[in-house]
Amino acid sequence: MLLQSMQPKQKPLSRTEITALVISTLRDVLSRQSETRKHKKAVQESTPLIGEHSVCDSLGLVNLIVDVEQRLQEEHGILLTLADERALSQKISPFRTVSSLVDYIERLIREEIPNDAA
Amino acid sequence: MTRHEVVLITGARKGIGRFLAEHFVNQGAVVEGCSRQRPGWKLPNYTHHAADVSDEAQVKKMISSIGRRHGRLDVVINNAGIAAMNPILLTPVSTVDRILATNFRGLFLVCRESAKLMKKRRYGRIINFSTVAVPMKIEGESVYAASKSAVVTFTRILARELAEWGITCNVIGPGPVATDLIDSIPPAKIDRVVSNLAIKRLGNFQDIANVVDFFVKPESDYITGQVIYLGGA
Repeated sequence: MLLQSMQPKQKPLSRTEITALVISTLRDVLSRQSETRKHKKAVQESTPLIGEHSVCDSLGLVNLIVDVEQRLQEEHGILLTLADERALSQKISPFRTVSSLVDYIERLIREEIPNDAA
Repeated sequence: MTRHEVVLITGARKGIGRFLAEHFVNQGAVVEGCSRQRPGWKLPNYTHHAADVSDEAQVKKMISSIGRRHGRLDVVINNAGIAAMNPILLTPVSTVDRILATNFRGLFLVCRESAKLMKKRRYGRIINFSTVAVPMKIEGESVYAASKSAVVTFTRILARELAEWGITCNVIGPGPVATDLIDSIPPAKIDRVVSNLAIKRLGNFQDIANVVDFFVKPESDYITGQVIYLGGA
């Protein structure tokens, strides 16, 4: 049985769209986190994803990264691996805030599909 | 196994993989298989992917295709594997790279990408193939056994990391089974391995299917990170 029809859209993704996708995925992840970790403040571009003030627990960050990858694939036909070697070896992690994650996704899309990201 | 579950079997072109593909199709499953070469056979409710499991892009494409067409993946059987029998001092490093690429890197990639799809439904069964050569420490099988030892350790940790999402991960370790994997091994050596098992006979495909069936049952949701070696190794 199909869970949903997963026909990818065939149009370039703007930064605004990537930001909206990351924020809505993050909201979904946070709503599933345990009560003690649930984030009460509004999620915005500056929201920290790792470190002392992170809104996510470690499992939440895994969920966020995997769910963003899957939504990019299912909704936009973009096949990316966000946790690639560069992401894990960068001195300044691309996963530190919503905004830095969006920057990183934007860069990967530009590298993978230069025509689409132009 | 419930009907219409989606099952992925690696190394499905021949031997145990092909047998398991037929086994699951006969139970009403939708089976997806892969191997580097296309099989010379067809089955209803079976789709074959010509994919090399050690190639990240090919694995991602295959799992993405399963997700797009079925929206789910319930069972993964990492059966693809290659063996080479050599004393360590005569083992070319290219052999080491080749065995690790298929037996460990390929299994890792299939597990990682499959788990991302399984996670959506918070359900999954991953069964990884090891070998009795791991506990039996058979001379001449060092690289093969080491790659399969990695499978055991990896699966035990994978089981802990994926438990959160209702995905169980277990290992089956067959002994010698009459497939072309053991064709190149001298019969006297096979006899020696069999004589060191508690149950002194070659394994067969049904022995393997029996353990796989146990691991994939929905009722086996409290069994994870376990290894079953066949024949009493």
